[in-house]
Amino acid sequence: MDILSGLAHGFHVATTPAALGMCVLGVVLGTIIGVLPGLGPSATIAMLLPLTFKLEPAGAMIMLAGIYYGAKYGGSTTSILLNVPGENSSVVTCIDGYQMARKGRAGPALGMAAIASFIAGTFGVVALMLVAPPLAKLSLAFSSPEYFALMVMGLAMVVLLAGDSLLKALLAMLVGLWISSIGTDLFTATTRFAFGQVELLGGIEFIIVAIGVFAVGEVLGNIEPEEPPAMVPVPKGLRNLLPTLEDFKRCRFAFLNGSVVGFLIGVLPGAGSTIASFISYGIEKAVSRHPEEFGKGAIEGVAAPEGSNNAETGGALVPLLTLGIPGSSTTAILLAALILWGFKPGPLFIQDQPALFWGLVASMYIGNVLLLILNLPLVAVFAQLVRVPSYVIYPLILGVSLVGVYSEGSSVFDLGLLALFGLLGYGMRKLDYPTAPLVLGLVLGAPMERALRQSLMMSQGSLSILLRPIPATLLVAAALLLAIPLIRRLNAVRVQVLDREQGENP
Amino acid sequence: MRRPALSGDLVSGAALAALGTYVVVQAHGWTYMGEDGPGPGFFPTWYGSVMVVLSLVLVVRSAFAPAATQAKPVRWREVGRAFTCWISFVACIALMGWIGFAASFALLTWFLMTFMARKPQRLAIPFALGGAVLFQVLFSTLLEVNLPNGVLF
Repeated sequence: MDILSGLAHGFHVATTPAALGMCVLGVVLGTIIGVLPGLGPSATIAMLLPLTFKLEPAGAMIMLAGIYYGAKYGGSTTSILLNVPGENSSVVTCIDGYQMARKGRAGPALGMAAIASFIAGTFGVVALMLVAPPLAKLSLAFSSPEYFALMVMGLAMVVLLAGDSLLKALLAMLVGLWISSIGTDLFTATTRFAFGQVELLGGIEFIIVAIGVFAVGEVLGNIEPEEPPAMVPVPKGLRNLLPTLEDFKRCRFAFLNGSVVGFLIGVLPGAGSTIASFISYGIEKAVSRHPEEFGKGAIEGVAAPEGSNNAETGGALVPLLTLGIPGSSTTAILLAALILWGFKPGPLFIQDQPALFWGLVASMYIGNVLLLILNLPLVAVFAQLVRVPSYVIYPLILGVSLVGVYSEGSSVFDLGLLALFGLLGYGMRKLDYPTAPLVLGLVLGAPMERALRQSLMMSQGSLSILLRPIPATLLVAAALLLAIPLIRRLNAVRVQVLDREQGENP
Repeated sequence: MRRPALSGDLVSGAALAALGTYVVVQAHGWTYMGEDGPGPGFFPTWYGSVMVVLSLVLVVRSAFAPAATQAKPVRWREVGRAFTCWISFVACIALMGWIGFAASFALLTWFLMTFMARKPQRLAIPFALGGAVLFQVLFSTLLEVNLPNGVLF
């Protein structure tokens, strides 16, 4: 199926009333959780995942993806009006967006954020459509050793970019690997780490860990009292939200920068939209004729990062759908969703599930248009959501978490595990352990072990099978990625020594 | 010799070292390499060993880090609030087997509103009851999702 006929098929799938309804529901939910600080797309998708099992998979995937990219649109609203990022990826938007709002330009800032998100988000979908099919064909040559090496590289990139401490990211990932090996070994039927509990023989469901760590952990982390920050009023009327012609002129390069940088960073597993938005902001400032205005309310400082974090969505779906490698916690949950629905994301996914892939791509075009409509004239309505008190939101999150986990296995034991993983998620936040590596270790652990053991079975236990060109290249790349922080540290020490020597011998 | 400070990194590093040791000891009891290739002990032996090494690095690094680079001080009052919320969540789960989902969820909501958010009873009680009814109707009746039933009701 070529790209144009695939896209036509996708629009046929995505424009059915049910799929359109799911798309609207997803982007509205995404915008709402994007606006609400403290509730992210990972937690929302994890909570809703068990409830999607009764739905038709294409519609469910369209809805969950809508939440994923819709949250990025909504995240800018609180960044601009409250100086509080609704999403991690909207942190950079606070810098110039809030300054614009303080100067009475909240309308153009909100408008430009929505327009840049639309342009770059659409670019990301076009690029996904063009890049994913050839990449999937290329990866058809992959067998167990290549998959093992690919998963190692995916994990290496994630832990490198997950947080401030590589050590803690690695440890979180190892805990994820441990949780993934709890239960019965599928090769030999040996029971591992079950603590004598019959309920653990089948392993721990991904959804319990994800909801516990993200949703319950988030409630526990946010329940500490805080004074609500003051919100800048949203200008009324569409005319007051539209940027001027001069604003558009200033943002020409920002649209391109955000689109290209966002997509490319998204393709790299582990980089994520926060890094994409920081990099595009940095590039924008570096090439700007007015770098001194950045940080004081430059509209390009809103357009570039907002565009970038939306283009990243299309990029992040490339490794997810063509290689089965998630690049972030949200895409890890989407991967788990696809697996739980009975699909196998990887090189054959586009070929075997054209309706799902092309339906998703087409729905993202539609979703971006819907989000532009939602985030321009209706932004004032969504901004009011910030006023919903936490004592309303937290019981709702806990209740949906309980329902979601119980509906999966009808087991009170699972609810006990949910509470345990909620505490783990809270502890990780308090102790500055990143949660994304844990989830990714959990998702990739079992397939990585299976690929490794199949590889070593193929070679009668000889590791030389991993020295084939593709796995060897990928493993060397993973090793280099893990060595980067070490090289940086050695370089910092070298510079310190040189400075000291220069100070002693001026 | 300087006495090591008890920090979050030190405690979590020690806990992870203990977990890694447990993983390696358990994996030692399973086949590492069989006739058909690696056994169930192969993968855990490796990641467990790496976990022990990395967590010990964390312990040593945090124990002997200068005081200025130690983690920010713990605000016990905030931690206490989070733990109170967690314990009420656990109690809600424990009660589900006796009084069912709706009643235990109503109790959880009432507790959070009364003791965590310090809202008056005229707000907390209707909100708790309304929330429980909403969940029961939405999930159990309309979406036909299975919710925990209690022994008592």
